[in-house]
Amino acid sequence: MSSFMQQVINGLSLGSIYALIALGYTMVYGIIKLINFAHGEIFMIGAFVGYATIQFLNVGLVPALIVAMAASALLGVIIERVAYRPLRKSSRITALITAIGVSYLIQNGMIQWVGPNVRPFPQVLSNVRYDLGLFSISSIQLIIFGTAIVLMVALQLIVHRTKMGKAMRAVSMDPEAAQLMGINVNHVISFTFMLGSALAGAGGVLVGLFYNTINPMMGFLPGLKAFIAAVLGGIGIIPGAMLGGVLIGLTETMVVAYGDSLLRDAVVFVILILILLVRPSGILGKTTKEKV
Amino acid sequence: MTKKRWFMGITASAAMLLAACSAESVEEGSSEETDTINIAGIFEQSGPVAAYGTSELNGVQLAVEEINEAGGVNGKEFELTDYDTQSEETEAAQLATRAASEGAHVLVGPATSGAAMAAAPSAAAASVPLVSPSATADQVTVGEDGEVTPYVFRTSFKDSFQGIALANFADNELGAEKAVILGDNSSDYGVGLAEAFTGEFDGEIVATENFTAGDTDFSAVLTSLADQEFDVLFVPGYYEEAGLIIRQAREMGIDQPILGPDGFGNEQLVELAGAENVTDVYYSAHYTSEGDNPNVSEFVSAFEESYGSEPDMFAALAYDTVYLVADAVEGLDEVTPEAIRDALREVEDFEGVTGTFSFDDFHNPVKSAIVVELENGEEVNFTEVQPE
Repeated sequence: MSSFMQQVINGLSLGSIYALIALGYTMVYGIIKLINFAHGEIFMIGAFVGYATIQFLNVGLVPALIVAMAASALLGVIIERVAYRPLRKSSRITALITAIGVSYLIQNGMIQWVGPNVRPFPQVLSNVRYDLGLFSISSIQLIIFGTAIVLMVALQLIVHRTKMGKAMRAVSMDPEAAQLMGINVNHVISFTFMLGSALAGAGGVLVGLFYNTINPMMGFLPGLKAFIAAVLGGIGIIPGAMLGGVLIGLTETMVVAYGDSLLRDAVVFVILILILLVRPSGILGKTTKEKV
Repeated sequence: MTKKRWFMGITASAAMLLAACSAESVEEGSSEETDTINIAGIFEQSGPVAAYGTSELNGVQLAVEEINEAGGVNGKEFELTDYDTQSEETEAAQLATRAASEGAHVLVGPATSGAAMAAAPSAAAASVPLVSPSATADQVTVGEDGEVTPYVFRTSFKDSFQGIALANFADNELGAEKAVILGDNSSDYGVGLAEAFTGEFDGEIVATENFTAGDTDFSAVLTSLADQEFDVLFVPGYYEEAGLIIRQAREMGIDQPILGPDGFGNEQLVELAGAENVTDVYYSAHYTSEGDNPNVSEFVSAFEESYGSEPDMFAALAYDTVYLVADAVEGLDEVTPEAIRDALREVEDFEGVTGTFSFDDFHNPVKSAIVVELENGEEVNFTEVQPE
């Protein structure tokens, strides 16, 4: 029993990492209907910027987080400006393929620049483990879990309660009509990328700190799984990213714990296929018919 | 500008013609006597595993310099030509052919098993011996038919020997009766080691779990392992994941000894795991700079003088490889690649910095492994595990 509870905690902690990445994914998709495959790479860049800030400037976690978020936000805006904006009028598949290209460009650029080796992340927080009888949980696990929830709520508030959020939703519904209403569509989309990328950057720093390892490939598989989490929860829906992330994390953990550790990744991809077949709009998604 | 380019074009094609001619003439002459003994260092000098290749090239260079300073072998100097495989296996195969056609008597390298296996057919086709310092996969020197690959040798012990040595170590030194294995199943290395360990270990293997390269979260698998009763945790894999496994296991309260292969042998292991977690951790190594072997201390100080850092096991194995070739060449009247190959087979009790050895029928050195014990991230103990 206690080991089952522990596995649930393990799953929640892994799931909140996926959720952290999935939030940015799903928000960008929600606004401009683009699956930004470079999102996992922005997550990786965030981790590296955080690493460099702590390593070379000798600062604590909070300044490192801020610098990493700012750098990731800037990168997100640049990617959007250079790679996606010129293609906004093209078909969706063009933008998707470009996103894959951008993802590989960043990944391989970093391999070229910093080398492919893993590096340990400077341990700026001592990881305390709290033993609660039935299970134990570490301080960084709590931080990641807390951050994911706070960010989810904050995003939800930004999108649904602020003027910028209203503009974002307007652009999401009909960019041209939004423009006619005096909304600067380019600004709104830049803002969306900024927000999503800053989230990814923060996630990268926390994950680097949690596992004490970063490398240029670190964004690839988590990015893919976060994408599946977003689809599972209902892509474009912010609480769906959280739900999907936690479900994927729990599934993976339970497969390893009570099934076969070899099937871990396979099961996640089977979920993707099943959800696309059975309920493509995701758990929280509403099935809407597109108007012609 | 255009003129210049035109001129350069002519020179380039002329140079290519010349190169083609000279390559041909060397190819014909490669089995004849030359004034030097040509060593081709085929190494991963760039790309993902450049760390291994560059370290080995340093070891080779140092040995060649030393041998030449001492007057060479049989009055002939060693001449080293280095080739960069860029960590690509196909490149390794092409470079082996090229090096042979450029007159190499012996090919040293590449560092990794995959590249060595890719280069082996080229070496065989050109009838030039290839000695890899660190290709540890069993298949490197044995073909699919179970016959020895005639032109390939290695200076390191092979993977299955490591698995066997570690199982013996767990049996005899740790007195373990129950073991669990958490292995990297995405590499031949991890799979082969797990198999060899399972076959040799006298006690019971309570559980075998797997991970793949690049994994970072081992909490689920470690939580289920923590429920088992066992005396030792064997982690056949590389330091990238092993460091994280050690950390997460210790934080979870798994305090049994953790045993690993030479893939643990990187200073990053301790940094990834956190020094306070690396206690009661053991791994097999090819070489140790500790101990009272005078050859080793001479090598370490010479290496430090040349490169400003302590040699790692790759440098040590590569250094031994060149001396091994020198040892083989010494008794030869006529230096040809074939003669060197035959002489390598006959090498007996070669004393290197990585141990004293002869070759078995499958071109594997029969040497002992060193099991290093880590305590708080520091190497505290060395146990020699003898070959069968």
